[in-house]
Amino acid sequence: MSGGLEGPAPEERMRPEGRRNSQGIRIDPEVEAEPNTRQAVLSAYVEHRPGVLAEISGLFSRRQFNIESLTVGPTVDENRARMTIVVEEPEPGIEQAKKQLEKLISVISVRELEPDAVQRELVLVKVNGEEPDKVQAITEMYDGQTLDAGPRTITVQLTGDEQKIDDALDAYRQFGIREIARTGYAALTRGEQTTAKENVRTAD
Amino acid sequence: MSERATPTSKPADTDDAEGEKRDRKPVETGADSVVAALKNAGVEYLFGVQGGAIMPVYDALYEDEDLTHVTMAHEQGAAHAADAFGIVTGDPGVCMATSGPGATNLVTGLADASMDSDPVIALTGQVPTEFVGNDAFQETDTIGVTAPVTKASFFASDPDVVGDDVGTAWALANEGRQGPTLVDLPKDVTQGETDHEPGQPRTPDTYTPPERADETVVEAAAEVLANSERPVILAGGGVIKGEASAELRAFAYEYEIPVITTMPGIGSFPEDHDLSLEWAGMHGTGYANMAITNCDAMFAIGTRFDDRLTGGIESFAPDAEIIHCDIDPAEISKNVHADYPLIGDAAIVIEQVDAAMPGRPDVDEWCEQCQQWKTEYPMDYKTPDDEPLKPQYVVEKFDEATPADTIVTTGVGQHQMWACQYWTYTEPRTWVSSHGLGTMGYGLPAAIGAKIAAPDREVVCFDGDGSFLMTSQELSVAVREELDITVVVLNNEAVGMVRQWQDGFYEGRRMASEYPWIPQFDMLAEAFGARGFRIEEYDEVEETIAEARAYDGPSVIDVLIDPAENVYPMVASGGDNGLFALSEDQL
Repeated sequence: MSGGLEGPAPEERMRPEGRRNSQGIRIDPEVEAEPNTRQAVLSAYVEHRPGVLAEISGLFSRRQFNIESLTVGPTVDENRARMTIVVEEPEPGIEQAKKQLEKLISVISVRELEPDAVQRELVLVKVNGEEPDKVQAITEMYDGQTLDAGPRTITVQLTGDEQKIDDALDAYRQFGIREIARTGYAALTRGEQTTAKENVRTAD
Repeated sequence: MSERATPTSKPADTDDAEGEKRDRKPVETGADSVVAALKNAGVEYLFGVQGGAIMPVYDALYEDEDLTHVTMAHEQGAAHAADAFGIVTGDPGVCMATSGPGATNLVTGLADASMDSDPVIALTGQVPTEFVGNDAFQETDTIGVTAPVTKASFFASDPDVVGDDVGTAWALANEGRQGPTLVDLPKDVTQGETDHEPGQPRTPDTYTPPERADETVVEAAAEVLANSERPVILAGGGVIKGEASAELRAFAYEYEIPVITTMPGIGSFPEDHDLSLEWAGMHGTGYANMAITNCDAMFAIGTRFDDRLTGGIESFAPDAEIIHCDIDPAEISKNVHADYPLIGDAAIVIEQVDAAMPGRPDVDEWCEQCQQWKTEYPMDYKTPDDEPLKPQYVVEKFDEATPADTIVTTGVGQHQMWACQYWTYTEPRTWVSSHGLGTMGYGLPAAIGAKIAAPDREVVCFDGDGSFLMTSQELSVAVREELDITVVVLNNEAVGMVRQWQDGFYEGRRMASEYPWIPQFDMLAEAFGARGFRIEEYDEVEETIAEARAYDGPSVIDVLIDPAENVYPMVASGGDNGLFALSEDQL
């Protein structure tokens, strides 16, 4: 094969000492460490119109962000919806997910919620109904509600954080769980702080 | 040559005084409103292909005297022509297509514009609203298909609003980080009655692109630059998109910091200046790759640190503190961690950093080192008499023959790299290519868009035989529109870059990369009504270039180059920039 240029070969060249990790962060070779994965709750304030959910879920899939749950619903402003998205990523991935979301024209603003934010999930559980009294006892213990009871199945509703719901499900398992429907988190910041706000250009 | 049809282009209205309101009939339909919105935005040219669902919009153009529609042979060509128009003028190029296949044919062009942040607006016809979702004839979920490759897309649902939808899409393509936008136009909406006159193009109030970077970070970044010993500036496409070439040049000259560009950044800094190291990356110059690897501070402006630029991230500028300026916050620390993120407009941020510089870096030794690398790794090639013609020679001779503001477009592959390496670019918006998406076939439709955008400048398209075959039907457009462009096909009867990889990494197993059956491109050109030329020997090069340039119309030069010639330097995919290979045995 012809072609090729003149010059010192690769092994004869000046070389820097340093290195970067897979996130492109410069590292000390002695203490190379990959960042830990963590769970983050992102609240996105978005335009309330068809296609926005598809746009956002498409973004998460094509950029390979690991999404645990996503809930969406209207807000006090009829033109706006709120999405609560739980992502599980290493630190740079969470930051990147936030920025990519913010970049979408239909997304007004995004905020990562603090761990003390008010977070609730709702779950419907359909269990075998052979032992209604015991099922009822567990439902009461977890502040649940019986929505439907028949000779063969009992359906209950529970709300709470992830830990409480996981514990309750464990407890119901002894009767045999037939089906579960979980909503994923809905969340708001605690206190007077606004969760995600309208960020409007002021001067023109 | 056979008689030509009348060009569809209308003669340019030269005495159209600026600021004078152009005449326009009152809005009666949604389609009229679309046309009115385009005029409000100052649009003059549209690139498109007719079809059923977009007919109302075309009908609204029938008696219009201000907007010139260029009928392309294929919708992909329309998108690329609009893209090149956008690169050359800085304003969004407009492409149009009908629903279904028309819209899907635009997708490659929109994806290309999205990767390169080129300003483009696409208007697509759609089946009437009542049929949407029923799998009607020529129905495609255009918004669904194009959402991942557009900056924003809108489904028009109301004749009273459709004009403003178009204005918003145009403004979004233009402002902040530029990119492609799309408006899907159901036929009942464009046919529907309205008397709504759309306003001036305007982005939504919630869209607030950043301008000035955080002053504290600016000061810290300036401190790092001033105290560095081996600084470089990495100028990306954002310098050109942000009209910051003048600020970049002033800054580099003032502090004597060597400048490396990315491929889309070519033209932001004059490659004939001592401080220019040209461009870095997979096929960048040896000296640029040495400098980018060994620098201790990097002022990166308007670049997304593409993998073709960085090589393996672990070995990318491993000693450098990185100052990253970008208008898009999502680019900060996406691929390479930014030690000093400067989120804002390139021209403004460069001036901010300049104002904050506490002193000048001591760069004499470093500049000397960079000059030495230029001597050690020259971009020289040999032209032995007993071997076929070298493509580099053709690029250099063309560059010598043409004025400095000549616009070069390319396809994608080996020819693109030679056009980058052996043409000396000195001005922004003279290099028009497909970078991020790497779209073979981009060159010819881009040359058409570029020539229409800049009729007084020379336009040359360097193409490969493989690339040219993908969109050569657009030659019919160049002939009909009487566009004086020259296509130089560097013909090695192969998709040469793939063949180069097969030789280097697949033990020479040349599966589906050689084209021993290709047409004779000079004759193909004549069949279209263009002029065809052929070069086989060194002594034909200068004379043929002169003849092709002298011909007032589109010409194609089929250049039979050394089929064995490969592109060097080369950094293997994911490799270390500093270990670029100078020949195949170093890969």
